[in-house]
Amino acid sequence: MIDILNALALFSNFVIVPALAYGSQLALGALGITLVFGILRFANFAHGDLMAFGTMVVILVTWLFQSWGIGIAPLPTALLALPFGILGAVMIALVADRAVFRFYRKQKSKPIIFVIASVGVMFMLNGIVRFIIGPDDQAFADGARFLITFREFKELTGLGEGIAVRQTQALTVVVAILVVSALFWFLQRTRTGKSMRAYSDNEDLALLSGIDPDRVVLVTWIIAASLAAIAGTLYGLDKSFKPFTYFQLLLPMFAAAIVGGIGQPLGAIVGGFVIAFSEVTITYAYKKFLRYLLPDDMAPDTLVQLLSTDYKFAVSFIILVVVLLVRPTGIFRGKVI
Amino acid sequence: MRKIMMASAAMAMALAATTASAEIKLGVIMGFTGPIESLTPGMAAGAEQAMKEVTDSGLLLDGETVTPVRGDSTCVDAAAATAAAERLITSDGVAAIVGADCSGVTTAIANNVAVPNGVVMVSPSATSPALTTIDDNGYFFRVAPSDARQGQVLATIVKERGVKSVAISYTNNDYGKGLADAFGSSFTGMGGKVEITAAHEDGKADYSAEVAALAAAGADALVVFGYVDQGGKGIIQTSLDTGAYDMFFMADGMVGQSLIDAIGSGLNGSVATLPGSDSPGAAKFLEVSAAAGNDGDGPFRGESYDAAALIMLAIQAAGTPDRAAIQAKLMDVANAPGERIYPGELGKALKILASGGEVDYVGASNVELTDVGEASGSYKELEVEGGKFETKSIR
Repeated sequence: MIDILNALALFSNFVIVPALAYGSQLALGALGITLVFGILRFANFAHGDLMAFGTMVVILVTWLFQSWGIGIAPLPTALLALPFGILGAVMIALVADRAVFRFYRKQKSKPIIFVIASVGVMFMLNGIVRFIIGPDDQAFADGARFLITFREFKELTGLGEGIAVRQTQALTVVVAILVVSALFWFLQRTRTGKSMRAYSDNEDLALLSGIDPDRVVLVTWIIAASLAAIAGTLYGLDKSFKPFTYFQLLLPMFAAAIVGGIGQPLGAIVGGFVIAFSEVTITYAYKKFLRYLLPDDMAPDTLVQLLSTDYKFAVSFIILVVVLLVRPTGIFRGKVI
Repeated sequence: MRKIMMASAAMAMALAATTASAEIKLGVIMGFTGPIESLTPGMAAGAEQAMKEVTDSGLLLDGETVTPVRGDSTCVDAAAATAAAERLITSDGVAAIVGADCSGVTTAIANNVAVPNGVVMVSPSATSPALTTIDDNGYFFRVAPSDARQGQVLATIVKERGVKSVAISYTNNDYGKGLADAFGSSFTGMGGKVEITAAHEDGKADYSAEVAALAAAGADALVVFGYVDQGGKGIIQTSLDTGAYDMFFMADGMVGQSLIDAIGSGLNGSVATLPGSDSPGAAKFLEVSAAAGNDGDGPFRGESYDAAALIMLAIQAAGTPDRAAIQAKLMDVANAPGERIYPGELGKALKILASGGEVDYVGASNVELTDVGEASGSYKELEVEGGKFETKSIR
């Protein structure tokens, strides 16, 4: 019995806790991508760098607050700075829409043109972020580090294995739940949310029934950029902020949106967790885990690792390709790219 | 007649002026940006301190000044490093190069630029075993020993501390791989067990998957061959956070105060090796550096000083800053016979060489080059105690 508990603790510590946090971050990012795709009808490649931009604003404001001595310990100061980051991301997204995407919308351009234009916006944001804050790692997490440390857990339960939960991991999951429920309430219950869904389902019909398209576009960008800033800040708090890693997040986020069914908000969340858990479980070495569960003579000597951790990014890529081949609509029957 | 006299006098003065102000340029190629950017300013300062010492003495050839020209090796980007070296050699016309720092870029520069152009390179810190056997026509030297030796030394330390099994995490490049191989084979040779050897990529935000695999191996301690500002730090931080390991053994790339500052007390009791010795030279170097306004206490700072000093002594021995002549003399000034030269005594060495004598440069790092032109190698065993790396013994 104690062996089973130990195995569970071990698995939670190295797989479930990190994957839950990572999955929440991916889900928030994928939600933004899926909303833009569902309503504006193009794959926005600039989303990763929009996250980086929002996070950068949060970091700068956090440093300002820290230098003023303003904080909300034991919570990280970045939470206080988050509204400014959201504001920054929304502003830059609206500027990009005004300057770039609106032009192509007026032209009724094909989606692929939008995609290429978004790649251009991505490179612009890329440059701006590096220009302002530099290409390096930035640490901005403060406040308490752990909710419960490895040692505390062991002493508390008397098990041989412990579970460490960092404060930022717990924070990520809590904030993600709050944000997602608020978003669903907005989409399902409010008039603007309903008009957004109508616009997404059938643009012509929505226009005929008097929905203002400019307003729908505006609200979509505001929501997508807010989600980007929140996801980016949580990721940066939990891990670390580096512009290049945000650009790299684009792949798992798109994979999450497509696996779940692009255009489907619920799909983005499920997809985020599917990707996160696959990345971690496939590259995890099960040796110690199985040693707890199996009788001694059956215990493995090898690492029992399906894929080396070097191939972590390959996992989301493989899932993406397989889904596109086998079930292009994704789990929740989204649109086909 | 008078005009001619005036003109020739002016000519002579102009000539004299050119000889007096003649300067010898030495390249300093180090990773001023990239994964070891916190180490390189101190290293470059060490090399430039030696150049200043020689210039101020006014004894090099006919009182030539030595000017450093910096180039950025980036530590990881071979193309950028090669381009930087190309610029120093062809457009700045450096006589020789101090550097590069990381093994991968050093190999690239040696193979693509320095050896084809016949320019001597003296690296203070490239330690990959592969550099012992590169086809260098005798133009590549290093005052840092090969990691084959560091791997053995670290394996002995791990074994002596009673650790029976280890997991190895190395940065995915020539330096990391070379060390991991050297350490792994000597440790298994001594009867230890290597449970897992896994690479990590530098510059990622999250190392939890890597640490999960390392933890699953269930070893007594984790051996990290990485860089202080990069993946190595991430691996140790995540290992401590998740309780995967609390005992770490590290090699030279991980030695830096910034690591301890970032991680804190969890690192106490961890052990690292760093090239260095207890020769009087090391202490002397600290003194001389302090007098010159530098902090000499840091990884590879003494070695950088030595690398620059060796090149300038070779120029003096050859009597010319000619690139091939430097190569021919470098080994002579580094090894016995001759008067032993310590840091701060470069002026004395230049005098001896000028009068036709011989010197045996000892320097800060106890320089003794093997016949392939690399240091034979002594190492400091460092242990983290109370938030600082403390030297425990010399091996």
